[in-house]
Amino acid sequence: MNYRGPHRVRIDHKPEPEILHPQDAIVRVTRTCICGSDLHLYNGSVPDTRVGMTFGHEFTGVVEEIGDGVEKLKVGDHVLVPFNIACGSCVFCQQGLYGNCHESNPQATAVGGIYGYSHTAGGYDGGQAEYVRVPYADVSPTVIPDWMDPDDAVLLTDVVPTGYQGAEMGGIQTGDTVVVFGAGPVGIMAARCAWLFGAGRVIVIDCVDFRLEFARNYAPCEAYDFRSLEDPVVFIKGTTDSLGADVVIDAVGAEAAGSALQTVLGRKLLLQGGSATALHWSINSVKKGGIVSIVGVYGPVGTHVPMGNVVNKGLTIRANQASVKRLLPRLIEHVQSGVLDPKAMITHRVPLEEVSDAYRIFSAKLDDCIKPVLMPPSARS
Amino acid sequence: MEHTPKDPSQVEGWGVDVDPKNDPTYPMKHRTDGEHAGYSWERPPQQPPTVEVLHSIERSDLTSAFGTSTPPSGPSGALRRFAFRYSESSYAHWLPLMLADRVGVVEGVLGDLGHGRVPNVLAERGWKAEWEHNRRGLVRRVLVQAGLALVTVAYLRGRKAD
Ligand SMILES: NC(=O)c1ccc[n+]([C@@H]2O[C@H](COP(=O)([O-])OP(=O)(O)OC[C@H]3O[C@@H](n4cnc5c(N)ncnc54)[C@H](O)[C@@H]3O)[C@@H](O)[C@H]2O)c1
Ligand SMILES: [Zn+2]
Ligand SMILES: [Zn+2]
Repeated sequence: MNYRGPHRVRIDHKPEPEILHPQDAIVRVTRTCICGSDLHLYNGSVPDTRVGMTFGHEFTGVVEEIGDGVEKLKVGDHVLVPFNIACGSCVFCQQGLYGNCHESNPQATAVGGIYGYSHTAGGYDGGQAEYVRVPYADVSPTVIPDWMDPDDAVLLTDVVPTGYQGAEMGGIQTGDTVVVFGAGPVGIMAARCAWLFGAGRVIVIDCVDFRLEFARNYAPCEAYDFRSLEDPVVFIKGTTDSLGADVVIDAVGAEAAGSALQTVLGRKLLLQGGSATALHWSINSVKKGGIVSIVGVYGPVGTHVPMGNVVNKGLTIRANQASVKRLLPRLIEHVQSGVLDPKAMITHRVPLEEVSDAYRIFSAKLDDCIKPVLMPPSARS
Repeated sequence: MEHTPKDPSQVEGWGVDVDPKNDPTYPMKHRTDGEHAGYSWERPPQQPPTVEVLHSIERSDLTSAFGTSTPPSGPSGALRRFAFRYSESSYAHWLPLMLADRVGVVEGVLGDLGHGRVPNVLAERGWKAEWEHNRRGLVRRVLVQAGLALVTVAYLRGRKAD
């Protein structure tokens, strides 16, 4: 795929990627998803998103070629590739912060490299393609176990670990009331995982009916449309004896709807790092001393949030890009034992050649879309 | 309450990852304090720069690996080079980058035309999907935009006549 400008993507033939570093591998893509994070790029709101780039940070594929320095991975291995590009040796990788690697993104120090995610995340062409270059191939790419469905594997590259980490960073204790803003794939997975940490009650808020209905059944949980609640903060206070939720997870990020001011500043004029409506609501609907866990993605510039309330309520804020490699062993166990069923979220399977339509369907939430998977030609035969 | 499981412990997998020590979330980094020694770890081999790669002035050099997609070029490239004279903490970094992104779109169209290709913007925007799944919304949007265009044209004509 080839980005041409806001809301414009198409298929083009590009030269096949080459080994550029001894620890590189070249992978032939077998499945690749479109993520809510891609929508920030698609909408043109991530700085240094260059025309001609290939997006895509959620993919599985077969190793076609390896560099001299690759020892573990072999040609022919079918791997799932975590979205973080991580060297494994820097101090941050050593601490399990694989989303914050210091050796994979020269353009920005605030985030590690991410496949197909603008130059602000390293300038790598991504996986919505037939072939992709995978740096540090021995570190994160993980051979897909024989028993695993490839659809589950591709969701383990991002959605499942991100949802899980959203719940984990919430520090959920047995019996806690957990509110999740956003019923996209990430929010749905965060709600599902909140139970694993012992939540007593899980509430999801969004404004798209079919997604709320999906969350209700899948998590399972309570789910409400914020358009029918006069004020979601008052609603959450009202349903928690006026105290607020113990833990609130922001699984919306920069494209949030629900506040005209935030939408104009953050999505139209791009004067702040996105529209922070869900984060605003999160801060205001959590209890005093509570925890706000942010997995929704925001841009690198200042963004309006009620900071005074963070101070006055004594909140703990936890946030990060998911550290996929750190979480994979546990999550693979959960998929194997049947505790988690990621592939149930896949609603659309689209040929890679129809990428323009797939982006439109996912971004405009057409045709009851939860999660689309793109299938390159070689994976369809 | 709708859909609240009466007994959460009946939810598949409930409590399997309970961790009372995770309050208010344990430090997820496995502390090594390695950073106290500075930029001192054994770095992976350096990828040779085969294209122009800009790097944040908040670090001393390139990372050991980096992407080589779409190196800076043309007027947008000049803007990007200018932006990288400022830190990630400065609007003088991000605003020129946003501007460069918009300039890049124009360069992209010119590049297509230069290759004898008129970009099919409607197809790129996925209007086929809109037509299939949201025909009414699409028609409404086109009508509203056409209406606005007509009103603007009429207004401008009226002013000229004055
Ligand atoms: N931290 C990470 O590692 C990581 C990884 C993947 C995705 N993300 C981010 O997580 C977010 C969600 O991803 P996704 O794939 O589920 O995206 P998505 O776009 O499919 O879902 C977002 C949902 O939020 C809803 N929404 C909009 N405004 C809202 C509001 N004010 N309150 C409640 N809900 C609202 C939308 O209707 C939509 O259903 C994105 O910001 C994405 O960039 C982060
Ligand atoms: Zn993603
Ligand atoms: Zn690293």
